[in-house]
Amino acid sequence: MGLSAADASPLAHVARRAAWRPLEVVFWLLTLLPFWLTPDYLQLASQIAITALFAISLDLILGYGGLVSLGHAAFFGLGAYAAGLFSKHLWGEPLSGLLLAAVIAGLFGYLLSFIIARFRGLALIMITMGVGQLMLEAANSAGKITGGADGLQGVKTWPLFNAIRFDLYGNTAYGYSLAALFLCFLVARRITNSPFGLSLQGIRENSTRMLAIGAPNNAHVRRIFTIAAVMAGVAGALLTQTTETVSLETLSFQRSADLLVVLILGGVGRLYGGIIGAIIYMVARDHFSGVNPQYWYFWIGMLLIAVVVFLPNGILGGAERLVPKAWRRRA
Amino acid sequence: MIGFIGVLYDGFAYGMLLFLLSVGLSVTLGMMNFVNLAHCAFGMLGGFVTVTLINDLSWPFLATLPIAFLAAALASVLFERVLYRRFYGKSDLDQCLLTIGIVFMSIASAAYLFGTVQQPVQLPSWLRGSVSIMGRGFGVYRFFLICVALTLTAALILMLEYTRFGAQVRAAVDNLRMARGLGIDVDRVFMLTFALGSGLAGLGGALAIDITGLDPSFALAYLVYVLIVVAVGGLSSIGGSLVAAVLLGVSDTAGKYYFPAISSFLIYLVMVGLLMWRPAGLFGRR
Repeated sequence: MGLSAADASPLAHVARRAAWRPLEVVFWLLTLLPFWLTPDYLQLASQIAITALFAISLDLILGYGGLVSLGHAAFFGLGAYAAGLFSKHLWGEPLSGLLLAAVIAGLFGYLLSFIIARFRGLALIMITMGVGQLMLEAANSAGKITGGADGLQGVKTWPLFNAIRFDLYGNTAYGYSLAALFLCFLVARRITNSPFGLSLQGIRENSTRMLAIGAPNNAHVRRIFTIAAVMAGVAGALLTQTTETVSLETLSFQRSADLLVVLILGGVGRLYGGIIGAIIYMVARDHFSGVNPQYWYFWIGMLLIAVVVFLPNGILGGAERLVPKAWRRRA
Repeated sequence: MIGFIGVLYDGFAYGMLLFLLSVGLSVTLGMMNFVNLAHCAFGMLGGFVTVTLINDLSWPFLATLPIAFLAAALASVLFERVLYRRFYGKSDLDQCLLTIGIVFMSIASAAYLFGTVQQPVQLPSWLRGSVSIMGRGFGVYRFFLICVALTLTAALILMLEYTRFGAQVRAAVDNLRMARGLGIDVDRVFMLTFALGSGLAGLGGALAIDITGLDPSFALAYLVYVLIVVAVGGLSSIGGSLVAAVLLGVSDTAGKYYFPAISSFLIYLVMVGLLMWRPAGLFGRR
């Protein structure tokens, strides 16, 4: 992702990258198609949008910041429970619930980021995994509040803007999740195409050198980690509000690991990778888990190995190699 | 009531088990910097080998243990030659993903072959029951487990300290390039170490059946414990792994006994706390 010789300055490079490409516009228009083409699968489409948002959140810290996290579900679950408890006990207006979940997840992410920024490598993997398990066990132990293994029951989401009800077919759910995904995507896109985003990539590529040229590495890492936590919290809250239930599974290690699979499958460090990965993964899971749910993980495992061995940059990375160089403008 | 001594005894035996399961990972991680999250999958393989031999072929329990060791060691060499080798020196993330993929496949395969229920195993009568000393009951099987683990630990330490192979392993851990430069066949040393470590995990998996139970989730459930031992004990430190495993075993048993509701919570809290205090582990050198 180096600067090409044609760029006069880093700012010009950033500005050139920030321009919208026609393919991107087409892609986002295509996301509206499920309303007409597959009206029976809108609940699934909503889940895909939520997973995609969650994957973008991980992509920000993994693909741009270079931090491996095996406990990203901690923020997802925190957002999910925050939104669930808020709507169960106080009020069920979705937008304010979403905002609250974002604030709580962001606050937790901000506090945690002071620890995260100090570690790399195996210690970081272990700490993120440990924090994820801590959250899971905490929610499991606090059964009186969270419902424990039975999940949180009695969540009611009020109509959007007091007018649009969340229907059984998922029209509202998909529209709502898609809108949230698109807004967060715009934020993520703006971040990655900014000088701040370039600094993050610098840290990922060579953190010692970034320090040497005077970049405040830890402050950058803390900031992106907090932003990613907010987005993961929003994704969790979306899941709560569209399904009106919260289970311990939102905090599980499996969810963190699945998310890595989604992101790796699509391609790390290119935002759209998370979305493509989410579409393929969720559709495949919906298709195969009906056949024999117990063995689903065999194919996931095999897929994971195949992607790591044969497609190191994911599906988008592989597709990029097929496109002629002249057409290519790398993200 | 098992009392304080009983908790200590059970915890120590559990710690010994965790040590067998994790010591191989500690050494290979320190040598090649390879994050092998599938380590416990080899342990699980050992467990299922023992279960199959006892239940289907009615072998005696003791005779199955070496086979469990060999099966895990051979399987690990196969994986090392075919897959892992390509990933030495790659990023942590790639290694994590590759080995998590193997974990997922092993869990699904085990569920397919054996079902998701706990595997029943009948121990020989001389390993069952407990012996009463000064009014307290001590499980015979746990005593057996402690003896096996301590013997193996002593053998490991002697081998590392006093044999030519041990010296090569230490050299490769300390400075891989230098060891290679001195003409040590590091690839071969690593392959043998890897086989030995996975074999010990397989043996641990076989010995664990009576203590922790065995089902397909073993590969993932005990991975967390093994990683805690490695992370707390420090890389490539047998003594460190031993101390960390015993600490974890005792504190986990005590936690489950005295604070059953929040015991798992405490374990993770201790781990995160320790890692923040000493990122390279209690006895780590890096």
